[in-house]
Amino acid sequence: MKYIDEFRQRELAQKLANAINKAVEPERQYNLMEFCGGHTHAIFRYGVQDLMPPNVKFVHGPGCPVCVLPIGRIDNAIALLEEHDVILCTYGDMLRVPASGRKSLLKVKAAGGDVRMVYSTQDALKIAHDNPERQVVFFAIGFETTTPPTAVAIKQAQAQGLKNFSVFCNHVLTPAAIQNILESPEVRDMGTVSIDGFFGPSHVSSIIGSRPYEFFAEEFQRPVVIAGFEPLDVMQSALMLIRQLNEGRHEVENEYTRVVTRDGNAKAQALVAEVFELRRAFEWRGLGLVPYSALQIKQPFAEFDAEKRFDVPTIRASDVKGCECPSILRGVKKPTDCKLFGTVCTPENPMGSCMVSSEGACAAYWSYGRFRRPADAQPEPAARQDSAQESAA
Amino acid sequence: MCLALPAKILAIDETSDMATVALGDVKKDVSLALIEDAQVDDFVLIHVGYALNKISREEAERTLQIFAEAGLVEEPAR
Ligand code: SF4
Repeated sequence: MKYIDEFRQRELAQKLANAINKAVEPERQYNLMEFCGGHTHAIFRYGVQDLMPPNVKFVHGPGCPVCVLPIGRIDNAIALLEEHDVILCTYGDMLRVPASGRKSLLKVKAAGGDVRMVYSTQDALKIAHDNPERQVVFFAIGFETTTPPTAVAIKQAQAQGLKNFSVFCNHVLTPAAIQNILESPEVRDMGTVSIDGFFGPSHVSSIIGSRPYEFFAEEFQRPVVIAGFEPLDVMQSALMLIRQLNEGRHEVENEYTRVVTRDGNAKAQALVAEVFELRRAFEWRGLGLVPYSALQIKQPFAEFDAEKRFDVPTIRASDVKGCECPSILRGVKKPTDCKLFGTVCTPENPMGSCMVSSEGACAAYWSYGRFRRPADAQPEPAARQDSAQESAA
Repeated sequence: MCLALPAKILAIDETSDMATVALGDVKKDVSLALIEDAQVDDFVLIHVGYALNKISREEAERTLQIFAEAGLVEEPAR
């Protein structure tokens, strides 16, 4: 496919790998956090880690909206089904996430709950049109990439005078979360995780632009490279981060210039600003309460806010015992540090959210990296050869 | 979840602000509500049924050029 295949070419991967090997200073450690689960997925799927010199490490971040949604919010969604008998429309990724009491949306559906998987907010609006006697709630999750489509749906619902449609809003913000990670005690004081630079989520930046990262590149003195999601994009971005670190720079650079500009998509931003406003704080799995890190629906659109239409309490639910998702999401632990990984917890029977979404670190380890554990620290030359071929597939 | 794919616009329906796009061999209808002056033959990034942004041919070429010259030139810092 155009704009995909070219960014997976094997010969170019080898060139970039050579350039990276030349660029790194051998005595230095480079810990690069990919905030976004899409990058985690690409790094594992194409074996990018194996093409890196041993002193370049990817630290997996919390950028998977399914993974960071706290259990309490899924419990809320289940209560909407069970207590208010709504039709709940959701993106497919949410169905299998474990909630309290060993429930999940999929299990509630099997027990008769009216859960509908949708591909787009347009589908949810259509379901509301087709079922005028029922209340239809769209379970909105996602980062800045996914928020504008929800804004469009709310505006359309208002324009069409839809009385039976509302949105359970769980949209979260990327820059706030990155800042929270850098301010966390693990990173700041204890030095247990050191993060030297960031891969910026490029689909988020296709909307918000690269500008929002300028503040914290400066404030925290860490370089950021807005990185595309194909394996060559990730490698080129790693090279750009390594060069910045070598030169003592901490700037925001943009590798994904084919889509991202400094200012982003003004039309989408205006729609989001019209419909949503900041929440004072929102709970993230792994990060706890993060100030001003999420959005809620503004007053003029209050009738489309499921939290106002129904009684939605704040639930503080605890994670499954033994599940290390919270530490994994902060980059403090790896999936293989979890005792349940691959034994009790697998994608077929996930215990935590990081195993559900294909962008979760646990799912990525399971699907592409579980046999690579011993080579994690020091990739063997043979393994590096294999993955060079894989990346051409 | 933030997965977005490049697709080519095949046809535009201005009344509904929708477009038919080709994702490889698959055709899909997506909303154009988030972008401005989309044209047939433009490549756009598709996410949850919406076009998020246009893809710049020139910039894509430039990036591939940078890959090809990896290690030989400095990439522009922007
Ligand atoms: S392997 Fe399963 S239980 Fe362990 S941290 Fe990952 S999702 Fe949680």
